[in-house]
Amino acid sequence: MIAGAAMRRRLRVRRGAGGIFVTLCFAATLAGIVALAVLLITVAADGVQRLSWEFINSYPSRRPEDAGIKVALYGTLWLMAFTGAFAVPLGIGAAVYLEEFATRNWLTRIIETNINNLAGVPSIVYGILGLAIFVRYLDLGRSLLAGSLTMALLILPIIIVASREGLRAVPPSIREGSLALGATRWQTVRFQVLPAALPSMMTGVILALSRAIGETAPLIMMGALLFISYTPDSPFDRFTVLPIQIFNWVSRPQHEFKENAAAGIIVLLIVLLSMNAVAVLLRTWFEGRRKW
Amino acid sequence: MVRSQETVEETRERLIQLDLVTRAPEVTEVDARPEAGVAVDIRGLNAWYGSFQALRGVTMAVPRERIVAIIGPSGCGKSTLIRCLNRMNDLVPSFRADGVVLFEGENLYSKGVDAVDLRRRVGMVFQKPNPFPKSIYDNVAFGARINGYVGKLDEIVERALRQAALWDDVKDKLHKSALALSGGQQQRLCIARTVAVEPEVILMDEPCSALDPIATLRIEELMRELARTYAIVIVTHNMQQAARVADYTAVMMMTEDRAGELVEYGDTREIFTNPQKKQTEDYITGRFG
Repeated sequence: MIAGAAMRRRLRVRRGAGGIFVTLCFAATLAGIVALAVLLITVAADGVQRLSWEFINSYPSRRPEDAGIKVALYGTLWLMAFTGAFAVPLGIGAAVYLEEFATRNWLTRIIETNINNLAGVPSIVYGILGLAIFVRYLDLGRSLLAGSLTMALLILPIIIVASREGLRAVPPSIREGSLALGATRWQTVRFQVLPAALPSMMTGVILALSRAIGETAPLIMMGALLFISYTPDSPFDRFTVLPIQIFNWVSRPQHEFKENAAAGIIVLLIVLLSMNAVAVLLRTWFEGRRKW
Repeated sequence: MVRSQETVEETRERLIQLDLVTRAPEVTEVDARPEAGVAVDIRGLNAWYGSFQALRGVTMAVPRERIVAIIGPSGCGKSTLIRCLNRMNDLVPSFRADGVVLFEGENLYSKGVDAVDLRRRVGMVFQKPNPFPKSIYDNVAFGARINGYVGKLDEIVERALRQAALWDDVKDKLHKSALALSGGQQQRLCIARTVAVEPEVILMDEPCSALDPIATLRIEELMRELARTYAIVIVTHNMQQAARVADYTAVMMMTEDRAGELVEYGDTREIFTNPQKKQTEDYITGRFG
């Protein structure tokens, strides 16, 4: 038996150790948030007075006070729409195949490993690929189409991985229940598994797209770093996107352009955060209805 | 589990006193296998998961309009056996079986048999209630929809829910989520879902193991009701349950290096009161292992 006093002393030490650990973890949490807050505040302080409807709705200009973000904003939105149109069906299709239909053998294992590795390939490599295949070989030029195809390749592995997570979260008992009623595999996937997995798959898709919004390197590689004074009208038009426009402005010597860049960052962040907010809303909305 | 001091007869008597068992001796006494007809005839069935043999030469006949219980310790192959009857094991990649399972005169494991069509005719209720995350109505209608039934869906749904003794509980909330029901109601919904596609055999894999005693009792009553129409095969860990509901009982056993042997199969009353094999007696009196 341990003496009462010694026991209590030990307990104080144990509690103290726990307290120190919690404090360290809290500090770690705080570090990230503080850094982000400082960043946001600096950007906001620089850019907020430039932010206006006029700024959003103006074409680029050599004069910083006339320059606006319209072309890049349109470019980003169009790029996202096309990227999503290419990457989402392919990604979800691949995920459904791998998760629901493919038999486990060496081939599917190789495919799986490769997809997981592709998710970690540096984006500049995708840029080189896009330049070689879409811009040059398929002769699409430095067009919106070539850009979206490159971006689609970039986010495809992310979408596949996220969608597979979503499919795997659907309990096997749902599939068994459906198959036991005489449903085919396709009917089971179509009517039970996909609807149940949809919310988390959509969250994954949105997060993948918001990754693509921030990507600059592959597009610079492909030559979207441009001074363009018109918004794209067709997929074959040239384009630029928000991060490139921001990069462009930052590299100008005049201080006023730096303000433009800050305002551009705010616009980019707003687009990004609203997409993430949609992802969060979707998730909570669906999760409220889904229990198993 | 059976109290070891108590004989099976006493257990049965106690359960009758508690009103947990309906005294229905006439059912078991009148039953003679040939008259009832055979729904599924299993002959020399072996099954493997990879190199592990899960069933060894199982031979038994499942009569129509009766309840057959399969009892035995965990891992003895009970679930494997009933999952052979609707070829649910096909979903396990390493699974293979040989032997004969005759259903409607056709061997389920012969090449031409379509497992999808078979599963419509041999329904299954699982251990844990697994309603689809949809409305009550859609749960019941799903089977009819995918199988392309003609007829009024509303009628199919109502009939199935009535058969599963669930209609009165849910008739005012057919379009509410099935997940809001209690565990027992969910399991009855799963039964309704199964009978909605008009199977000939219903397999139940420990259907009450996740339910409280009251809900268990209701499922058992329902099983007796359904046995007027269907052949029912139930896997259970609960020997009282087998004694309460089953007309026939099969006892499966395993030893350290052998699983999947059918030790004894016969009239439930005989199995529990006058077992022919020592292994059966040890198991039902709780001396097993």
